[in-house]
Amino acid sequence: MLANFGFGVLVVTFLLALFGAGAAMYGYFRKEDRWVESARRAVLLTFPLVTLVSLSLIYLLVSGHYELRYVYSVTSNDMPTYLKVTALWGGQEGSLLFWSWLMSAFASAVMLRRWDRDREFLPWVAAVTAITLGFFLSLSLFFENPFARWWQTASGEVAAMLRPVGAIPFNPPDGAGLNPLLRHPGMVIHPPMLYLGFVAFVIPFAFAIAALVTGRTDDRWIRLTRRWTLWAWLFLTCGLVLGMWWAYDVLGWGGYWGWDPVEIAALMPWLVGTPFLHTVMIQEKRGMFKQLNMILIILTYILVIFGTFLTRSGVLSSVHAFSQSAIGPMFFAFIGITMITSFGLLIHRWKDFKSEASLGSSSMFSREALFLLAALLFAGVLIVCFWGIIFPLISEIITNQKITVGPPFYKRAVGPLFGLILLLMGIAPLSSWTYGTLKTIGRAAWKPAIPAALVLVVLVLTGTHNLFALIGLTLIAFAVCVTLYEFGRAVLARGRSSAENVLVALWRLVGRNRRRYGGYIIHLAMGMMGLAIIGIELFQTTTQQSLATGESMQLAGYTLHFDSISQFPYVDGRTVTRAVMSVYRDGQYLGQLYPRYDLFPDGQPMTIPAIRSTLSDDLYVVLVNWEDTSASQAPFKVYHNPLVSWLWLGSFVFIFGTLVAAWPDKDPALAPVIVKSAFKTAGAD
Amino acid sequence: MQSTPNNRMRGSWKFILGGALILIAVVYLIFSSTQASAEYFMTVDELKARGSAAVGQNLRISGAVDGSTIQYDPNSMNLSFKVAQVPGDNATVEAQGGLAAVLHAAVIDPKRARLNVIYNGPKPDLLKNEAQAIMTGHLGQDGSFYADELLLKCPTKYEQALPTQAANGN
Repeated sequence: MLANFGFGVLVVTFLLALFGAGAAMYGYFRKEDRWVESARRAVLLTFPLVTLVSLSLIYLLVSGHYELRYVYSVTSNDMPTYLKVTALWGGQEGSLLFWSWLMSAFASAVMLRRWDRDREFLPWVAAVTAITLGFFLSLSLFFENPFARWWQTASGEVAAMLRPVGAIPFNPPDGAGLNPLLRHPGMVIHPPMLYLGFVAFVIPFAFAIAALVTGRTDDRWIRLTRRWTLWAWLFLTCGLVLGMWWAYDVLGWGGYWGWDPVEIAALMPWLVGTPFLHTVMIQEKRGMFKQLNMILIILTYILVIFGTFLTRSGVLSSVHAFSQSAIGPMFFAFIGITMITSFGLLIHRWKDFKSEASLGSSSMFSREALFLLAALLFAGVLIVCFWGIIFPLISEIITNQKITVGPPFYKRAVGPLFGLILLLMGIAPLSSWTYGTLKTIGRAAWKPAIPAALVLVVLVLTGTHNLFALIGLTLIAFAVCVTLYEFGRAVLARGRSSAENVLVALWRLVGRNRRRYGGYIIHLAMGMMGLAIIGIELFQTTTQQSLATGESMQLAGYTLHFDSISQFPYVDGRTVTRAVMSVYRDGQYLGQLYPRYDLFPDGQPMTIPAIRSTLSDDLYVVLVNWEDTSASQAPFKVYHNPLVSWLWLGSFVFIFGTLVAAWPDKDPALAPVIVKSAFKTAGAD
Repeated sequence: MQSTPNNRMRGSWKFILGGALILIAVVYLIFSSTQASAEYFMTVDELKARGSAAVGQNLRISGAVDGSTIQYDPNSMNLSFKVAQVPGDNATVEAQGGLAAVLHAAVIDPKRARLNVIYNGPKPDLLKNEAQAIMTGHLGQDGSFYADELLLKCPTKYEQALPTQAANGN
């Protein structure tokens, strides 16, 4: 039977990962390369094996083998095939296997690189990836087995791999089906993206550990993993944005980010990975922040595992926590061991990883100091997030009174920190190394500061009185102007010297220094996203009203006219209640909106908002709780969300910018990785 | 600035000072934000014991819905109902026979402390007799609880907890 085959291969892969980790370390300590080579091949082989396991499970999901508990719990006959495939990550057991699958893909890919140079890293990269993979495979094997099947016993149905005594096989004709809230394109790709981001960060961590063990204190590990880190960051950010889009589009509460503990758990690796991307540049150019970069990458890895733990353990109840589970203590132990060994290694090597140049000789407004400041501010946001998660636990232990903090806490605490980060995003690109002062920054910044000040004046004149909005929008305008100014200045300089036209000059400029200009494009994207966040956080308005057909309601200059309502069954068994509303503004007809309320056969309701989206604002209409109201009246909740489209637009610009920065170089000879000295590559890097 | 050894020392100090300032700022932000937005979980009994001291605090109260007291006007969307005291911690609930039994016992017992709840918004489907209500809001001077958010659980109908975001009113 295929389930037994899948389980068997899972066992073999687990043993192989254990062997890989052991052989790599044995080979390193005994200095026997054949053991290391054997470990490399073992890790390489995990990908095809976990692929076999995953394909088996996908086949079982698609073909409706409801005798397996996992297949039963996430699929049903009425689901389309593509949803049955994606049900692989629709529940706990499957998503852990999926995690292992991605992990094995990344581990194998890194084993495939040419290891003739930097071979001293190989044993530890193999060991770290194999241990991580082995840990996740062990969870699937011992705790969350996706291949466990149903058995009928005297006391009811149980799920197990082997037949319990006296039990007979139990074959349900249909499954329970995927939670309807998860049947959304955003939810189909959000988990893979997030997991790709999570998993890809394991690679730079593995190289960092290799550098720590072998004592290679140069920036080689950073240069080798620069693209891995960028791709990890890209996937992680996309995963976060897709999650926001899903929440906005499906949950029908008018927002995109609820400061749910699990959302925060996914954000935390991002909060460390982002400054890491910046401070590694200082190490490459100046040989500084070696210890800091180690701390940041170790923290990122730990937060990746912690994030998976929070989603998968059922420690916190939230949208994302699938169920209570026994894997909590396992994660806890793994995180503890990782923390002790990695930080122990770092402390052991602390002196070797001292900066080549002392920070004390840099001025407070030098580029390196500003990057350090940004890293500290990100750390501040991280501490706020961490506090928000653990505060209820602490307060309950100390005062025996359960106290939690919600979204107002986070907004209040992280607002000023993100404001300062925005300011740094504006001035850091203008700063100079080592000797930068306020004066040099001021000299570089006054030109882009003029349009930013103009933005402020226009905002005040047009009646914006919210102080936080004024500060935030001015800072965004400044950061965007600085970025555009940097592009403009460089393009003009090229145009003057080589008589290229502007577009050619721009193309070549970006091509010659993709890392810098890709980064600037990302800064522009962050400005766009910041605009959306300020729009919805500070200017969202909402109203609710119960309407009879023919009546209207008003919000933010819009008039919504309730035309009609109808109720009909849909093919998958749900009952759809659909309202038709005409939208007017200043007496002008703009179109119709169809807010929906779907009731699934199992009694689960789903409120699907209707959204009219423009660049300046979204009109977000929810038909609430239709079930209980009389047919003549329908309750509506309407949100006016200014500027929120810029969040989604910004994410496309973000992807583009990251691709520019991370795209492989055409000619490997030109790749910055090959050149040893940081200073010689200043032009190409 | 020239980097003489002396200068270096002084240079390090200004970074340590700057780092300390940021740390103080973050601690202050966390402390003040926690104070301003902390939400206290309480049972009806605990709330009654606090009396008027609880007025003005952010509260999260859980109780059993008494179905006979539900009043709803679909035009104005004004909703009011009473909840009866149920124990707050899971161990006690389990010891008394599970959530459904505890809710049932609370509603039929006239001696249990009750709290009047006032809410403006659409009436949730799950607001029924012997449902568990978890309400976020404030205690008014009049002794009624003014809820901003209602979260309801029916132990019989829904085994899996409803996603919190989806169930929130805003």
